Amino acid sequence: MARAALPGRLKWLQGSVVEVIDETQRTKSIVLELPGWPGHRAGQHVDVRLTAEDGYQAQRSYSIASAPEDGYLVLTVEELDDGEVSPYLAGELRAGDELELRGPIGGYFVWEQSLGGPLLLIAGGSGIVPLRAILRHRAATDGTVPVRLLYSSRSLDEVIYHAELTRLGTDDGVDISFTLTRDWPQDWQGHRGRIDRRLLEEIAWPPDQQPLVYVCGPSGLVEATANTLVQIGHPPGRVKTERFGPTGT
Amino acid sequence: MSPISRGFLGRRRPVADPSRIPPGQYLTKDFPVLSAGPTPHTPLDEWSFTIQGEVQEPVSWPWEEFSSLPSETITTDIHCVTKWSKLDTSWKGVSVDTLLEQVNTEAEYLTAWCDGGYTTNLALEDVTDGKAWVAYQYGGEPLEPEHGGPARLLVPHLYFWKSAKWVRGLTLTPDDEPGFWENYGYHNHGDPWLEQRYQGD
Repeated sequence: MARAALPGRLKWLQGSVVEVIDETQRTKSIVLELPGWPGHRAGQHVDVRLTAEDGYQAQRSYSIASAPEDGYLVLTVEELDDGEVSPYLAGELRAGDELELRGPIGGYFVWEQSLGGPLLLIAGGSGIVPLRAILRHRAATDGTVPVRLLYSSRSLDEVIYHAELTRLGTDDGVDISFTLTRDWPQDWQGHRGRIDRRLLEEIAWPPDQQPLVYVCGPSGLVEATANTLVQIGHPPGRVKTERFGPTGT
Repeated sequence: MSPISRGFLGRRRPVADPSRIPPGQYLTKDFPVLSAGPTPHTPLDEWSFTIQGEVQEPVSWPWEEFSSLPSETITTDIHCVTKWSKLDTSWKGVSVDTLLEQVNTEAEYLTAWCDGGYTTNLALEDVTDGKAWVAYQYGGEPLEPEHGGPARLLVPHLYFWKSAKWVRGLTLTPDDEPGFWENYGYHNHGDPWLEQRYQGD
């Protein structure tokens, strides 16, 4: 593997919150003004650090939701029931607050035009966040690389960026598919049920098209999806994964 | 000095022994999975473990021989760069000291390589004198593929990306050659107690 350009030291930066956007009931987008931000590649993440008055600190990683071309850095955060940092970010933080973070981090789960395609993006839940950055980056750079997104959510009101993704799906070369796993409106036109082999064979580029695949979501979904893609015949080296959450083991 | 995060109190969970949690880490009870690609599923009859590179004679053990080597049971704390730490994890495996006894080398570094193409680099002094194992059991059971089975490196005093999953061999090298994550800006050494997460930390 060619040695990637190494970034300089990742300094902690001070962002200020410009806006907090309600995406779903449990998910918010935090729009940040971030002086000194060195820029990022679509798919990378940051470390956020919170400090209590007594000096106690907590750090977590969050994917960047904005494209490098966007004017602000945006993090989209899902509140976890037993979380420590996400309930603060999604519940307490508001415009005008300061937020300390550093990045960008990660250089493998990224996409840019030079990597080509076709692109197959598969997301579960808030795993859509880095893939949204990729879609926005593709659009911002007048991309012609064909892309298909398959996005699994429990229910329609848990779909993050629903309107934006639907709009992006009208662009040339962009095909957006939603699947709902728990409940769906009676007139739901999208897919129903978990991502499985049948759905992947219907939606994914076939292996002979040699798609570049990005799978992001809860560990179980990523494990099952990546395994199925390999069984269908996709080379493991073309399947990039990013997971979050517990495994239950 | 970090600024105070307005309204942040923290949800501090009581930790029996805070001195076991490195800076910036939090305690978890489950065992999160992180990997850059699909989980390899190498059948045991196609599996072997190899030491090669700067050695007089490379040595390779098929699964049957490898799993018959003298093994050790290790109970240790592990620390992932994504911030979670897990205490008192229990493993069984072969000490890297036992493996290196079989070769003559002047090398000071090694690259661990794996099914799926993952690599990570380590100084020899970080894997000798009882500091590293090739582990094939976790919690008394065969190591699950998602957690690196059939066998993974176990280097618990460094961040867990150094404990390469699906490890198939060690290549001994005269020079230190960055591995997969080390090439993407992660710290070359990765000591959790010094919070060496990223390059320059």
